[in-house]
Amino acid sequence: MKSSHMRHRQQQFGFSLLTLMTLFTVIPIAGVVIYILILGTPAINWEFLTGFPREGMRAGGIWPAIVGTFYLTLGTSVFAVPFGIGAAIYLSEYASDNRATQLIRIAIINLAGIPSVVYGLFGLGLFVLFLNFGTSILAGSLTLSIMTLPVIISTTEEALRAVPQAFRTVSISVGATKWQTIRRIVLPQALPGILTGVILGLERAAGETAPILFTVAAFFLPRLPNSPLDATMALPYHLYVISTQVPGMPIKIQYGTALVLLVFVLSMNIIATSIRSRARARRQW
Amino acid sequence: MSIFQNFINSSHSKREFLITLFIKIAGYSAIVFVGMIFIFLLLEGLPAVQKVNLTSLVSSRWYPIEDYFGILPLIGGSIIITLGATLIAVPFGIGSAVYLSEIAPHWVRELLKPLVEILGGLPSVVLGFLGMLVLSPFLRKLLDLPTGLTAFTGAILLGGIAIPTVMSVAEDALDAVPRSYRDASLAMGATEWQTIWRVTVPAARSGVLTAIMLGIGRAIGETMTVMMVTGNAPILPRGIGNLFSPVRTMTATIAAEMGEVANGSVHYHVLFLIGIVLFLISLAVNITASTVIFRQKKRQERILS
Amino acid sequence: MNKISIQNYSLQYSDGTESLRNISLEIPANQITVVFGPAGGGKSSLLRVLNRLNDLADVIHQEGNVYLDSVDILSNKLDVINLRRQVGMVFARPVVLPFSIRQNLTYGLEVAGEKDTERLNYAVENSLHKAALWEEVKDRLDDPAIALSGGQQQRLCLARVLALEPEVILLDEPTSGLDPISTGKVEASLQDLKRDYTIILVPHSVQQAARTADLAVFLLQGELVETARGEVMFTNPQDQRTEDYIQGRFG
Repeated sequence: MKSSHMRHRQQQFGFSLLTLMTLFTVIPIAGVVIYILILGTPAINWEFLTGFPREGMRAGGIWPAIVGTFYLTLGTSVFAVPFGIGAAIYLSEYASDNRATQLIRIAIINLAGIPSVVYGLFGLGLFVLFLNFGTSILAGSLTLSIMTLPVIISTTEEALRAVPQAFRTVSISVGATKWQTIRRIVLPQALPGILTGVILGLERAAGETAPILFTVAAFFLPRLPNSPLDATMALPYHLYVISTQVPGMPIKIQYGTALVLLVFVLSMNIIATSIRSRARARRQW
Repeated sequence: MSIFQNFINSSHSKREFLITLFIKIAGYSAIVFVGMIFIFLLLEGLPAVQKVNLTSLVSSRWYPIEDYFGILPLIGGSIIITLGATLIAVPFGIGSAVYLSEIAPHWVRELLKPLVEILGGLPSVVLGFLGMLVLSPFLRKLLDLPTGLTAFTGAILLGGIAIPTVMSVAEDALDAVPRSYRDASLAMGATEWQTIWRVTVPAARSGVLTAIMLGIGRAIGETMTVMMVTGNAPILPRGIGNLFSPVRTMTATIAAEMGEVANGSVHYHVLFLIGIVLFLISLAVNITASTVIFRQKKRQERILS
Repeated sequence: MNKISIQNYSLQYSDGTESLRNISLEIPANQITVVFGPAGGGKSSLLRVLNRLNDLADVIHQEGNVYLDSVDILSNKLDVINLRRQVGMVFARPVVLPFSIRQNLTYGLEVAGEKDTERLNYAVENSLHKAALWEEVKDRLDDPAIALSGGQQQRLCLARVLALEPEVILLDEPTSGLDPISTGKVEASLQDLKRDYTIILVPHSVQQAARTADLAVFLLQGELVETARGEVMFTNPQDQRTEDYIQGRFG
């Protein structure tokens, strides 16, 4: 048997090692954000944010890419939000614990695990070619929607399940129907959690490149899209293009684009998590 | 009789019926989508097997312009990078999960957990961008390589990308271990360190296993980062030395080449075939991960009943 | 005529936890019927039959008949929503909905389609008076209900049921979490309310059963052992098991 002194030493060593490992994980994350912040900020000015690209994208702004990412995020929410919330309501409020439900859960886990580039292939096969939407915001949004669904479903379901069962029983006992109970009590109470899930899902959609490569993204399209059937530029794809495909690209513009994308995505993340923590602090149950 | 009076008028109950119907359809939609994805991959991918003979597909030469469609180098590239990423993500992911769940003071945990989860949300194209501009030149100098765009660079970045997944799932699993287990161990004179490794982590092992599986899944499916930092050379890795030379993964191949091919060409179908391989791998990984979850649940139910 | 008639009723849940076996019982109008007995005997299940709240549970088998004013309430053609408005229920733990005091009271009416503000206001005031809560909350009807004390919350739950103007009120150990003073207030309200309503109470103690019962029903392991007038049951029970339970030999 080891002496207690030895065991204490072992514990001290182990704790320090784990602390160090955690620092090794966390510091690079903070580093990435700060680094892009520092190198990207000089590129940011009014023309860069609101102008069109010029001189083969080597000058001018990234406005069409910002607008494109905004439209794609919006388009994704139109489809993914009702379906995601609907599916979560089904799982939390209607489904009984049987084989079919288990199959749904396995399907959701798998949907979450399918590589994003495979979503791109699927979107190309179904929306772009088979349904003939062409490379368009519509095809891209639908592709991103399906990819986003599992995030929205699982966070929404968690939020719905957190609402105490007793509220439902009471509501039913005073003569509310199941849907009235969901609509008037469960959904409002779960709203912050649902919002968090929706924003986190859309955040993922906004930052993804692979699913939009062949479904929506235009390499260079210096005008704004007019309809959902138009192709568009998008921030993540634009960053990929200017950092790999365009020789002689000023480094400042690359970092500037990375910064705008990062701010877009991180602000969604921060909004989502602050909604969640504020709601937790205020919750009455 | 008053009880049979219908207070809720029929248009109201019709609306309720339609809403319920939508909810049920949405509920089953996940199954439909997975099915549809698989069917479309099959429809577009299977013709490749007819047009290219099997021995050619399972060869080690990928050179589509001259109709060489050997996918082995791509599978090899994916494997070597995923392996490297796993070797990084598992110790660091689980180590920091243990630290956050068992050792860290409350405020540190509240600070670091969201921070690590932010990394999970960073767009992979941004990480690929930095990998290209910062990490790969650094590694090239450090290791004195002809190029910094190597499997190793990709593995490091992918490891970083998989860490948040591993950490957050493992942390949840550790967090779910009842306080009483730890108390019982400590009461018998074990140190906290011994308690962590002999009681808490084993009790959470199925959750930890799920975390590892999901991390692997995340790494194998990652596209943009590997496409940008691994040099994209379709060479079949034959040993550990290949870790420091360029490779090309299945995901990067699809992403890089699909934009260039003619719809319906042999090359097009082969890229979908690679998509099928990726789909099946992710299916296998995730079903393994989820059966671990379900089995664990069953076991708990048995203990509780 | 009796308000509720239960005839040869049996019930079984899928997990086999609690069940009822061949219960026959006549419940008179405008009296307090107390259903008592040890835990797990089927008291709550019996209450939940009467407003069909068991529809939410996993019932695998049920037989027999239950009539409310000679309407078969187990019929699958019954408008269950409407039944639940006529048969209100107060639960053991006071569960106020996460709304204001006023909204807690108007919720049941609003889901029934009532939009008239005047009628809603009347229902709020009237139900609070009946539940003896009006004086305490009349100045803060729009405050969150969660801010009320435990006893006030439980009386609010009673008022919430009364706002629907039901015919029958089911109370499932309504005072189990309350202090003696709040318990006394609730019991006093029940004595007032029985003039207008049929009340069925699952008490939280034998003493409460003895204090409140007009008619007393002893349930043991899903079987109805004995039914008698309150004053008879607690002084001179007929069945040995009833006597043992009342005297505290088990339970």
